[in-house]
Amino acid sequence: MEQDSYPKIYLYKRIVQAKLFIDNNFCAVINLDDVAGEASFSRFHFLRLFKNAYGKTPHQYLTYKRIEHARQLLKNGSSISDVCYHCGFESLGSFSALFKKVVGLTPTAYQFQQQQASAAMHSSPIHFVPGCFARAILG
Amino acid sequence: MITRLSHTCVYVLNQDSAYDFYVNKLGFKVHTDVPMGPDARWLTVTPPEQPELEMTLMPIMEGNMFSKETAEQMRNLVKAGSFGPGVFECKDIYATFEELKSKGVVFVKEPKQEFYGIEALFKDDSGNWFSLGQKG
Repeated sequence: MEQDSYPKIYLYKRIVQAKLFIDNNFCAVINLDDVAGEASFSRFHFLRLFKNAYGKTPHQYLTYKRIEHARQLLKNGSSISDVCYHCGFESLGSFSALFKKVVGLTPTAYQFQQQQASAAMHSSPIHFVPGCFARAILG
Repeated sequence: MITRLSHTCVYVLNQDSAYDFYVNKLGFKVHTDVPMGPDARWLTVTPPEQPELEMTLMPIMEGNMFSKETAEQMRNLVKAGSFGPGVFECKDIYATFEELKSKGVVFVKEPKQEFYGIEALFKDDSGNWFSLGQKG
């Protein structure tokens, strides 16, 4: 690859490694300063490059990953307290408040809504499939 | 007046493998995953920042739409890379390229400046070609 067509490949590799570290460890307690250090960046430089690449600061991205995982666990029927601690949150209060702020529903209300929708879909899935696709999938 | 596209269809050779590719490699979200008979699922995924567009990962099955022969032809065409179902956008194509490559995604073109922006090309696990683009 030509140098001018692919700028600063080493920076991208390090930013990607930091992002993948968050992807693989977001359930644990993560010190984002450590992540910046591992990637060999100053904190400020790391924040700027990460946000340029992903549109979110590392902290915003970490929160996003945790909330998305929480949504999935709630859909699957995990208890609120299990979800809270499995997603790296330190207290039920802070988890519930953040979840409501991001999703617009409390974890309990979200779980109820998702389970109702899932039950309806599993009892009669064809009603949820647009007609142009139903022809293919029903065989 | 048509206002927007809500669903699109990508024919895949194997839904389990497609799930792994689109969810675990590309980072898409599962919108719906429900069994539909013994051989298929209604499986739709959405790009991470476009939850309103469901991509149906559709198995190629003999039935109403395909005869045995046309299903086989369709599978061969998908495998051969005859279809280019769409263009994905990202904020930073170099970072996205590095990440997807590290996850085993096969690129057939590395990021390159074109008239319409910077573009790379990759194949999904079935053989479908997608453009990956960054505007500007």
